[in-house]
Amino acid sequence: MAQVYQSPSVEEIKAALTSEFPQVEIISTAERRVKAKCPREISHDVCQFIHDNLTFEHCSVVTAVDYIDHLMVVYLLSNYYNGVMIDLDVDVPDDDLHIQAVTDIWEGANWHERETWELFGIVFDGHPRLERLLTPQNYEFFPFRKSYKLRSQE
Amino acid sequence: MADSLVPVLEAQEKMDTDKMWVIWGPQHPFSHGLWTLKLQIDGEFCTDADPIVGYLHRGWEKETENRDYARIIPMTDRLCYCASMTYSHLYCMTVEKALGIDIPEKAKYIRIVADEVCRIQSHLMWLAAVGTDMGNLTVFLWAMREREYFLDLNVKLCGQRMTTNYPRIGGVRNDTTPLFDRDIIRAVDRFEKAMWDIIYLIDDSSVFVSRMRKISYLTREQCANMGLTGPAMRGCGVDFDIRRDDPYDNYDKIDFEVPVLNKDTKVGDTYDRYMIRIEEMFQSCDIIRQAVKKIEALGKNAPYRIKTPTKVPAGTTFGRLEDPRGESIMYLASDGTDHPYRLKVRSPIFTNVSCSKVMCQGVRIADVPAVLAQIDMCLGETDR
Repeated sequence: MAQVYQSPSVEEIKAALTSEFPQVEIISTAERRVKAKCPREISHDVCQFIHDNLTFEHCSVVTAVDYIDHLMVVYLLSNYYNGVMIDLDVDVPDDDLHIQAVTDIWEGANWHERETWELFGIVFDGHPRLERLLTPQNYEFFPFRKSYKLRSQE
Repeated sequence: MADSLVPVLEAQEKMDTDKMWVIWGPQHPFSHGLWTLKLQIDGEFCTDADPIVGYLHRGWEKETENRDYARIIPMTDRLCYCASMTYSHLYCMTVEKALGIDIPEKAKYIRIVADEVCRIQSHLMWLAAVGTDMGNLTVFLWAMREREYFLDLNVKLCGQRMTTNYPRIGGVRNDTTPLFDRDIIRAVDRFEKAMWDIIYLIDDSSVFVSRMRKISYLTREQCANMGLTGPAMRGCGVDFDIRRDDPYDNYDKIDFEVPVLNKDTKVGDTYDRYMIRIEEMFQSCDIIRQAVKKIEALGKNAPYRIKTPTKVPAGTTFGRLEDPRGESIMYLASDGTDHPYRLKVRSPIFTNVSCSKVMCQGVRIADVPAVLAQIDMCLGETDR
């Protein structure tokens, strides 16, 4: 079991993440902010580590950005002891939109993942209830994809 | 769940009673907007709840991808009529962060004043709603009366009562108007006295208090894990406020204490989640006084707005702000053009209402409005 940090500083987070997961790439750091990128295969393990060992108790946001050739799932995780936030980006290829759900780690991610699924079509594996939340149940398209044009964009 | 209810529920479990689903909403006096609460009830007690939102989904985030940055500010006001100032502030702050610019000191303090006025009037709107939910129309009328003074301050500052359209990317639209500092101090002084009438009215009413005390307990860990933020979380012992722990603009230069209840026991009931908002309003008055002094010290001719480029460099960034109801975040992905590539809004109520499943468990049907009033529902920002 790796060390548990009660209130980790940005430097400690950077060191702990890269030593535990060599595939995690720290993109940038700023005051109380860490931006990291990780491959899809280990995203759940990284989230579990951030929750258990770095005491990030709160998942603020799960969302996605459509970059046409791939989609990017974004997790914004926050620490209640020192106000540090981790911005964890995970790339998901366009032809296989699957990623492990983090609802089992943070219950608060439940609705965020449902929303991301219904608007972008990214399937969160292991999610307890992946149903449409904001849009009508009979929708068969994902309105926030870039391929879905508004009338004024056509 | 309250410990005292466990034997009752266990006894009911043994009896052969059918559970049934009762649907409240979308049009229901308690719901404060269009949403549905499906309650599973077993006799008098709720055993499960399933909130349904989305009636007001209008594709807000998609719509912003079509507009240039400056033209999104009026749209941010329409996310929530009570928190229009904080949402436009958050949006402008996020774009400024993406541009990498620093705004004038005076604009930062004016934004603090505007935010705190917004917080007080939002909490008063919530208090009025609590009054009607609990069947006390006097609280509703008194809270709405107090709220008018703060809406008048909004009019003096920017000409609008609710959809203010006031912050700008790079500062604020206009300087404070003449005598604004005098008016705001008068309003705050008056409010602090008048507020005690409402507090006595509620705390002396045994009906009011007994409907909120000892129901719907939430622990600190539950709050953090479920994503319950804002005053509701601070009432349950989470010692975290973005204004203090992750300061934005000039909140770090203001000396204030964040009210937190149950710091030691780390568990709070509905009454704590009610009381914390009352304390926050007094705290906001204190912040306003300090910020107004700072504005006066900067002088009349200090700049309040700078010019900013229309195109935002490519990249992703996010802004974070303490909304009256909790943690608001805007996540911006830009591609170097003059309109956002993707703008995501994290509405605090969206996550808070998903916690109603846990909050309603073990609560009597009659107390459900009292429990859910502490979420302070607003559907405009929940459904976006």
